Amino acid sequence: MSMPRTPSQTVGPYYAIGLTRAPRAPQNELVDRSDPAATVLVGQLVDGQGSPISDGMIEAWDSVGKRWGRSGTDGEGRFSFVVAKPEARPGEAPRLDVLVFARGLLRHQVTRVYFPDEAEANAADPVLSALDDEQRASLVAVPEDGALHWDIHMQGEQATVFFTH
Amino acid sequence: MAQLEDSPIVLPDDPDFGPEVQVDYPGYRSTRWRAPDRPLVTIAEEFHDLEGPVFGHDAVQEHDDDLTRQHEGEPLGERIVVTGRVLDEDGRPIRSTLVEIWQANACGRYRHEVDQHPAPLDPNFSGAGRCFTDDEGRYRFVTIKPGSYPWGNHPNAWRPNHIHFSLFGPEFTRRLVTQMYFPGDPLFEFDPIFHSVRDPKARELLVSRFDIETTQPDWALAYQWDVVLGRGGSGTTPMENQT
Repeated sequence: MSMPRTPSQTVGPYYAIGLTRAPRAPQNELVDRSDPAATVLVGQLVDGQGSPISDGMIEAWDSVGKRWGRSGTDGEGRFSFVVAKPEARPGEAPRLDVLVFARGLLRHQVTRVYFPDEAEANAADPVLSALDDEQRASLVAVPEDGALHWDIHMQGEQATVFFTH
Repeated sequence: MAQLEDSPIVLPDDPDFGPEVQVDYPGYRSTRWRAPDRPLVTIAEEFHDLEGPVFGHDAVQEHDDDLTRQHEGEPLGERIVVTGRVLDEDGRPIRSTLVEIWQANACGRYRHEVDQHPAPLDPNFSGAGRCFTDDEGRYRFVTIKPGSYPWGNHPNAWRPNHIHFSLFGPEFTRRLVTQMYFPGDPLFEFDPIFHSVRDPKARELLVSRFDIETTQPDWALAYQWDVVLGRGGSGTTPMENQT
């Protein structure tokens, strides 16, 4: 017997009440800031007109290290995490799995962020290597002021790759 | 691009559309610049079996499951009990999974700075709850029935009463954020978010059932709503109509 799955609906503009607001906050630290491997990952969530999405929410998941976090976006569409580069699965490059929620997104979207200091592993990764150059670039963070920077574009020329899920 | 600025707010039912939401549903205007406009990339099946996050039981505090007992006094409104089970597609319970909810107060106002609807806030209502499912996959909240509220999507737009739900489940791909509605709401037929699920049978899965058995005499009405966290299925984008 297969039961139909419950459909998705948008997270809406007021998700912070239930998902990111104190006393829950902060939930955006996958590792402690004092961890020697800790790196800040920051970015902006941007819509198809190039405008920041100020009512989005990003979840990041390291399925190897079992570390999870989430961050709302601020007035400039910015999200931030404290992460450590996960271990790689055999034959793959290290990555974080990322979920994007927002008002206007009737279902969350799934993407990934890869690490810029893993050129060799990234080139050999089965998912990254199946993409064209622009698509691949959309999934690799760039170093910036000692942190990692990675923007998420929902649409347009710079659109981030999203995966079926 | 499929979206048209002058498209109807509510599109006709489409039983063949499949069980998922239409991600670029044009009647919900905010989809226009936010729903992905390129085909989703399909990755190998093994990626779909990634485990999801597991939360420690300290993630839930006392009264997190009773939204009427989080302040000094009781909130105004119609007290209700909302219960149900979280199941997989084979009908098996999903145990110990985190369920998070949030909602407007009885007047249709959220405790959020962006919500400027001129209806009163309730000092005794925050509108957020969480709990874990038990060994039968059951969850239970006590809250008040949320009010309807206007929004800017189209002229005279009002949302049907709803409670937002966020669920995880054992695998990454079962993650679900959705909304639970109340039976017989007169606003259903006008609401593009509800109708973004084009198949009327699938849409019914979002509507709770009035539950006289769980209704507590002299105290609170009960509504029952089961959630099925399935794997796979992505909604649809303009260039991809897979189910």
